[in-house]
Amino acid sequence: MDIDKGIGKGRVGVSPAGAGGGDRSTAPSGRATAASPIEFRLDAASGVPTYLQLVHQVEHALRLGYLKLGDQLPKVRDVVASLAINPNTVLKAYKELETKGLTAGRPGQGTFIQATLSQVALPELTALRRSLLGWLGTADGAGLDEDGMVALFTSALRDFYERRSGSRTRGGAASGETEGVA
Amino acid sequence: MSMNVIEATGLGKRYGSTWALRECTLAIPAGHVAALVGPNGAGKTTLLNLAVGLAEPSAGGVTVLGGLPPGSPAALDGIAFVAQDTPVYKNLSAADMLHLTRNLNRRFDQRYAEARLAELGIPLNRKAGKLSGGQQAQLALTLALARRPRLLVLDEPVAMLDPVARHDFMATVLAAAAGKGEAGGVSVVLSSHVLTELERVADYLILLSQGRVQVAGEVDDLLASHRMLTGPAAEADKYAERPVVHVRRGEAQAHLLVRATADDPVPPGWEAHPVGLEELTLAYLREPGAAALPGPGRGRHTQPSEVTQ
Repeated sequence: MDIDKGIGKGRVGVSPAGAGGGDRSTAPSGRATAASPIEFRLDAASGVPTYLQLVHQVEHALRLGYLKLGDQLPKVRDVVASLAINPNTVLKAYKELETKGLTAGRPGQGTFIQATLSQVALPELTALRRSLLGWLGTADGAGLDEDGMVALFTSALRDFYERRSGSRTRGGAASGETEGVA
Repeated sequence: MSMNVIEATGLGKRYGSTWALRECTLAIPAGHVAALVGPNGAGKTTLLNLAVGLAEPSAGGVTVLGGLPPGSPAALDGIAFVAQDTPVYKNLSAADMLHLTRNLNRRFDQRYAEARLAELGIPLNRKAGKLSGGQQAQLALTLALARRPRLLVLDEPVAMLDPVARHDFMATVLAAAAGKGEAGGVSVVLSSHVLTELERVADYLILLSQGRVQVAGEVDDLLASHRMLTGPAAEADKYAERPVVHVRRGEAQAHLLVRATADDPVPPGWEAHPVGLEELTLAYLREPGAAALPGPGRGRHTQPSEVTQ
């Protein structure tokens, strides 16, 4: 879905009504809005609360370089109009990102990226990946199938972070690796 | 923002000898998209009709927009109502519908309405009856929003629409709720029995069952105050630390929906999981005796009250 569509010209018949009811000035704003580099999507079957899905997608986009310092997140109303979700859900996600120090709101303008997620240097990632592949080989040799490995890894990961009593937030290298495994 | 858009006290409506709604006490705060949920015949339409002034209570009372009597000029100005299946006059053109609505209301934003219909690709000269179901619904919604209401009341707005039309309709409603108006967007109260979309759309839930309010509260509060416990079926009956709403039991394993927060202790051998809105709603619908209601008055806090099982 294209967020630009939200404001301005709708498509015949199926426009998701970005300019909707709330805008009291003039219905479709002619002003060109700077588009955000990312577009949110929702996975209804994931069981992950909607606001968390939005948070995760921003973090993911930061890790993969889709979002950079100073980039703007999609405007709340555009997200609401394109996903048909409650505005408070988007506000909650954006507040969470702000609390994490990843974004900052500029009154009247929107929400902008103000920090990147700590990235591990490529050589280190390669080494970590190699040692993980070694572990996967051992697990395979022991007769564990893919689901078994994922379950074991996830449970060990949870234990690891629980033991560290949340001194550092989850993220960075660890989840990068989970993605590699899954 | 402490105003209640709908406030009912002991509200009841009787048709002949049948109570469609009774002892209904609730307060829906402004600034929400509130979903009114319940099985067919639970009294949803009756409650909405009473709130917009289309019906007179048989018992108790209801006020809107911070204490206004339903049907009073001030209430009529501030509330837009779209009845079940978003009716339009089939033989009137879209332009005629605009003309009619403008002349029947004290406030009507013609420019918004025309721009909106143009966006939707609805020709002004087309007869409403010749529009697709989704377009008819959008036309009815446009007329409602062009009145610039403070409260938008929708009765089963999307029941008859296909998935795309449903999505676009709700997108319009939610964009209006996110509006930057003086009051921070329009408050919305909508009835529905489409549970799956509820979690995305609503941030306030009212569950009606057999004419009574069974659950009411902010969605986040409701979800935070319920947990699903999974453990050995043999111990299911012994669980007594927190109120149990609903039990699903297999031969070996049982699932208990309990009123507990993430901080409450989990009994040894049991696992606790957060619940979704659909799961929670279904559990309460299956236990008409269980209730999760705010305390007396209009407090927003849900207190553990009586519970079955």
